[in-house]
Order: sequence, then C-alpha cells, then structure tokens
Amino acid sequence: MKKWFNSGSPWIWLTGGAVTISVVMVVGLLGLIAVRGFSHFWPTNVAQIEINDAKNNIHEVLLGEIARSETVTAAFAREAGHVVPEHMKVVTRYLVKQGNREHVSSDFVWRFNMGMEEFQYPKGVYVIERRAWGDFFGFPQALQYGGTEVLSSAADFHQQVQQQVAESVAAHQRIKRIERGDIGRINTRMEALRLQQRQLELDQVSGHALQQALAQIEQEKTQLDADYLALRQQLDTLYAEQQQAVLRMQMVNGQEADIKLADIVAITLPNDMSALQKWSEYFKQVWVFLSAEPREANTEGGIFPAIFGTITMVFIMSIMVTPFGVLAAIYLREYAKQGFVTRMVRISVYNLAGVPSIVYGVFGLGFFIYFLGGNIDRIFYEAALPSPTFGTPGLFWASLTLALLTLPVVIVSTEEGLARIPSTIRQGSLALGATKSETLWRVVVPLATPGMMTGLILAIARAAGEVAPLMLVGVVKLAPTLPIDGEFPFVHLDRKIMHLGFHIFDVGFQSPNVEAARPLVYATALTLVVLIIVLNLTAVTIRNRLREKYRSDSD
Amino acid sequence: MSATEQIKPAIKTALTAAGEGKKISDFETKFEVRNLRLKYGKDEALKGISLQIPKNKVTAFIGPSGCGKSTLLRCFNRMNDLVDNCTVEGEVLLDGENVYAPKVDVSELRRRVGMVFQKPNPFPKSIYENVAYGLRLQGVNDRRTLAEVVESSLRGAALWDEVKDRLNDNAFGLSGGQQQRLVIARAIAIEPEVLLLDEPASALDPISTLKIEELIDELKDKYTIAIVTHNMQQAARVSDFTAFLYMGELVEHADTNVLFTTPGSKQTEDYITGRYG
Repeated sequence: MKKWFNSGSPWIWLTGGAVTISVVMVVGLLGLIAVRGFSHFWPTNVAQIEINDAKNNIHEVLLGEIARSETVTAAFAREAGHVVPEHMKVVTRYLVKQGNREHVSSDFVWRFNMGMEEFQYPKGVYVIERRAWGDFFGFPQALQYGGTEVLSSAADFHQQVQQQVAESVAAHQRIKRIERGDIGRINTRMEALRLQQRQLELDQVSGHALQQALAQIEQEKTQLDADYLALRQQLDTLYAEQQQAVLRMQMVNGQEADIKLADIVAITLPNDMSALQKWSEYFKQVWVFLSAEPREANTEGGIFPAIFGTITMVFIMSIMVTPFGVLAAIYLREYAKQGFVTRMVRISVYNLAGVPSIVYGVFGLGFFIYFLGGNIDRIFYEAALPSPTFGTPGLFWASLTLALLTLPVVIVSTEEGLARIPSTIRQGSLALGATKSETLWRVVVPLATPGMMTGLILAIARAAGEVAPLMLVGVVKLAPTLPIDGEFPFVHLDRKIMHLGFHIFDVGFQSPNVEAARPLVYATALTLVVLIIVLNLTAVTIRNRLREKYRSDSD
Repeated sequence: MSATEQIKPAIKTALTAAGEGKKISDFETKFEVRNLRLKYGKDEALKGISLQIPKNKVTAFIGPSGCGKSTLLRCFNRMNDLVDNCTVEGEVLLDGENVYAPKVDVSELRRRVGMVFQKPNPFPKSIYENVAYGLRLQGVNDRRTLAEVVESSLRGAALWDEVKDRLNDNAFGLSGGQQQRLVIARAIAIEPEVLLLDEPASALDPISTLKIEELIDELKDKYTIAIVTHNMQQAARVSDFTAFLYMGELVEHADTNVLFTTPGSKQTEDYITGRYG
C-alpha cells in the first residue's frame, strides 16, 4: 500500500478522477438538455386510454399524448386517496396531455394504471395546433366552408381540410402583414406628425410659419386617415371571410366542438404518419420553433424574437466593449506609470469582474436609464415627453450594462496579450526610429489581437448567458417588434427586446401552464447553449486565424 | 586563389599591426564619448568612459559579462532611455553633437544610428513589410520606391537571393540566420550612418555566423559599425579597432591587431588569453 502510495499513482488517479467527474457533469448537463429539448418536437402518437377502475369508481376514456410516466409506491397512492389493491407494492401513473383546454378541467392529467386497458392508437386522430387554448385532440366530423359542408367520410376530406387550413393560414399572415406593416407604418407616421406639432409648440413658432406647418401636418394626417380607413376595410373583409370556415370535431367523450379555421395553425395526424413523415414533421416543428413568434404567454409557438434579441444585444455589446476595453488596457499596460495608483486601478478593475451581475442591473437602471436616458430625453426628445424614449429600459441600455459587466474580462485579456509580446520586438521598432505610439499601433497592438479576441470570447460567453441585470435594463417577456427592421433608422436602440435567458426564466417560472412549458424550457435552454457555442466558435476561429497570422517564436 | 596566397595577407597585416598599428586619432571621428557615467538606480554600470569611434571602421567591444559593453552600445542610440531608473552623465557626441542634449529628437537619432540585437527580432509581418517598416514610418508609401529599397537592402544584407521569391511570406518562416540578416536589411533600409550590433551572431550557428561576419566586412565601406561580442575570434576577424571593457571601465582601446598581439595591460592579456571572463 505504502509502495503504491509512493509510486505516485494516487496522484494520477486523483487528477484523472477530477477530470472524469468534470467531463461526466458537462456531458450529463448537455445530454439532459439535448434529449429533453430535442424530443419536444417529435410528433408523439396519440393514445386512447380506457380506464375501468371499479374500486375508485373511475370510468372514462382519455385521448391524448402520454407526456410522462412514473412509478410510485402504493402507499403514496393510498395517501392521495386512491384505493390500491393489497397485492400491489408499486403503481405506475401516467401524465396525459389531453388538450381541449376549454372543454375539460385540465389539459394535463395524472392517471394511475389501475383498471387501465391497453393503450389504443386509433387512426384518423387530428392534433390541431390552435392560436388559442392550446392543442385539440379529436376526430373530425365535417368541414363547413363557403356554404358547403364536407363530411369526414368524403374521399378527399383530409386534402380539403389541409387545403382550407393552408388558405386560412395564408389569410392570417396577410392580415398580420397589414396590421404590422402597413398600419404600423401609418401609426409611426402619425406619431411623428404629433411630435412635429408638439415641437412647433415648444419652439414657439407663430404666425404665418405656424399656419403653414400646421396646414401641412393636417393635410398629411387626412391622407393617412384615408389610407387607414382603406386598410381597415380590407382587413374587415379578410376577417369576415376567415370567420366563416369551421371544422366540426368530436372529442373522445362524444361531445362535439366547432373549431374555426381562423384559429388553426396546423393539423397533424401523428397516428397515421410513417416514420419518414414523422421525421419531416419533426424538422418542420424545429424550424417553426426557431423561426416563429411566441403565442399563448410564451408557452407555444417559437422563440425567434428571443434569439434575434440575444444576438443583437451581444453584437452591440461587443461593438461597445471591445474598443473601450482595449484602449483602457493599452493605457494601463503601455502608458501608465506602474506605481501604486495603477496597481489600485488594476485591482479595482479585476474585482469588478466579481461584482454580482444584478448590481450592474441596478446601476444600469439608476445611472444609465434614469439619469443618462432621462437627460437625453429632455435634450433631444422633448416633444415626446412625458412618454420616455431613452429614459426607459431598452436595447441600448441593456447592451451598455452588459458592456460594463464584461469590461473587466476584456481589459484583463488584452493586458495579458500585451504583456506576452516580447520586448525585443518593441525595441526593434524603436531602434528604427519609431515613436512609442507608432510602435504600439503598428507592431504591438496587431500582435495583441489574439489576446483581445480571447477577452471578447469570454465577454460574449458571459453576456449571452446573463439574465438578472437584463430584467432591469431592457428585456421583456414579449416585445411587439424586433430591434432591427426596415423602418428608419433600422437599428432601434430604444426598443425593448426579448432574450433567451430571460425567456427560459419566464417560461419556466411565470408560465400559467407548467406542464406545457416544461419541454420549452429545455428546448430554449438548448437553443441558448447552441447559440453561445456558435458565437464562441466564430470568435475562436477568428482568433486562431489571427494567431496563425501573427505567429512568433515566443508563442 | 591558392591556400598560401590566402594566408599571406593575414600574416602581413598581423606583422605590420604588431609593428606600428593604426592610430584611432588618424581617422575621422564619428562618435566621441566623454566621461560617460551611467547608473541603473544606484548601480553604476559605466564609470566614466571616454573613447572615439572612427568613421567607416568596425569597432568591437569585448569584455566579460556585465562589464557594460552592451550598456555602452545602447548609449549611442539612447536605447537606455527605455529603462526606467537609468541616469546618464557625460556626453556622447555624434558628429560633434551631444545625443543626450535635451533638444535631440530621439527618433531622428535612432534613424541615423541603427541597431541590431542579439536575438533576431523580425516583426510579425511579411519579409517585404519588415524591410519597408522604417520607410513607412517616415511616410514613404510609394510602391516603386519601397520595392527598390527593399531589394537593395536585402541585397545589401546578402539575403535577396534566398527570399526574392517569397517576399510576402511571414518573416517568422525564415531560419535564425536569415532572420538576423533580415533584421540587418531592415536596419540599413533607412540608410543609417552608424550600425550598432549587439552580439549579432551569438544566437546563430557557425555557418550563419560566418555569413554575418562577411556581411559586416562588406557593410563597413558604407557605415560606421560598432559591435559587441563575446567571441574574441570574431572581434579579431571583423574589427579594425577593439575596446576592452572591464567592470564598467575602459581598459584598453586600440587597433585590433595590436590589442590581440601585444595587449597593453595585464587585464586585457588575461582576458584574451582566457584566464577569466
């Protein structure tokens, strides 16, 4: 034993063990998120479950997806008030997603397997994804549109349904386009005119000039009103058309329900799908998740605005933090006299990295938003007051707060990059008659770029995953518009944004429907991890290319 | 050329040198050092040195480690300014003007007095850009001028034939000896008047060392050269005059052949015969 101890092997086992545990933890974390996240999009078969449990007096038929199952002790079930036969030690219970939220008490229900018949997977079950009330499970009866009724017995019933749904979805998109695009533009213009008018008052314009300006504004307003009316009419027709078509469904308990086609997002028949169709549906669902907007208090639909918001914020943060941090690091390392004060500054900067991020959020809110933003509003956006433009949380302040938060890592990495450059290279440049700043900008800084990139990588990794301060400085549950669009000035720094990290928190904790939200938490977390990996890999690739370019003996 | 013919001139120089020797005062002075004292904090590295460096000749500085020869060399282009607690007293005159005068533009001085360091220190740029660096600093960006200067400098440093096909490759791809010649090319591209070589061959293999020595021999027609070396054979081979420093003091400064054959002081004799150092 002692010999074994002296051989040094324990150290190898100890260190190797530490690595193994780390690897297991990382793989486990990513694995769990990946499995739960990816499996959410699979079109699960819809089971018909018949329960004839005489002892508990439960006689019912359920139709839905089996979300989860777990085995519990019989004692646990008895405590919960169920009658469990004596011979059973454990019972299995199933979480069934039965949907149809407006018709049943709860769309997710737990059922014990006592008296449960074998699961049936009937063909022809419709899973209807709706804009409101969640999914609907049931059997189609008839389709009514344009004054005709097609019975489900008709040969081309499914095709007709799918076609009508496709048309209805197209109409819905048209309506959205008009509401968001055209009417949105009119509203923006109207608001601009209102501000113009207010500005005239503030500037105390009077007399003929005022008359003229007001007349012009009035004229434009009339024109906009007319445009709006025309669009409104167009919308009304579209809405009216949409409301007509109805799909009559029968639920598993025999009750009938009418579903307007206008409410339908998509219809799938998972029990009738081949493996190939399921895979194609799977990828379609993944794509929808990544590219669509959220619905139903974020528990359904996609997360595109959150992805977009996160990326935009990280980019703006990088643009702000990199030059700032690099300049500060250059001063600290190259120009500042290395004495007590410099040391204090450096220690302070390094310690800033350890300040809890929520503190940055509070600072951002108090200083950036209320003080800086408030003053910007008073000086540049006086006409819009009392409604704030920059004096309220938004993209710019969120990015700035994160830039402040990540400043220390950029400074530290850049300083390290600068310190690694051999003094012989500096001397070589100085000996050729270069001044200090020429040496710095022509030789030293280019050589230090890999170090700066390292800082940026760390900054991105930290910023993209940060949530706490963002809640205070500009991230919201649901942002009506993206921060970048076709409207001048294209990048709207004052807008509120959505963010993946906050989205996870919101879906996981603030959601009214816990069971429905659970898989979305995993899927969103997976997206966030993948996004950070992609951003990092991009930065790492750039850094490696720079390293290759500036490779030197000393590296 | 036969072997005997090669040897003959060497013997002849040695004989004449032993007899009469060249006098430093016979030549035009490029640098004159007057009672130079240099301190790093409280440590006195140079304790009052006075000497002259003749124009278009090679002057070698020899001496044991820590004797101050590199420090002295760095006084000629004020590289010691970079050391934080370094103080200099006395005068270093370049063509009669004190380089430590307050009015002197250090960049301008360093343009006139080029320097090559012990370890090759090319910039992380292409071969071409390394040589063009000094000119670009002076604002020369005309492509044709740059190309001409780069070629002539590389030829001057006997490197052109080896790199002419890969001027745009990274300079780090060159061998140590090539890098050192590149650094010399970089130094002569801005046409300095003086070249300071701080142990230029100590990090190189014998063949590269030979090439550098041959190069020094060619360059002395155009430049005044001061070289610090640990290698006494090298000093004897390449220099016209040799200065022996010991503990921050100048012990002897004379014609190289004289110094190596009939050293004027016991210390010099001990050092060159390898009794210490």
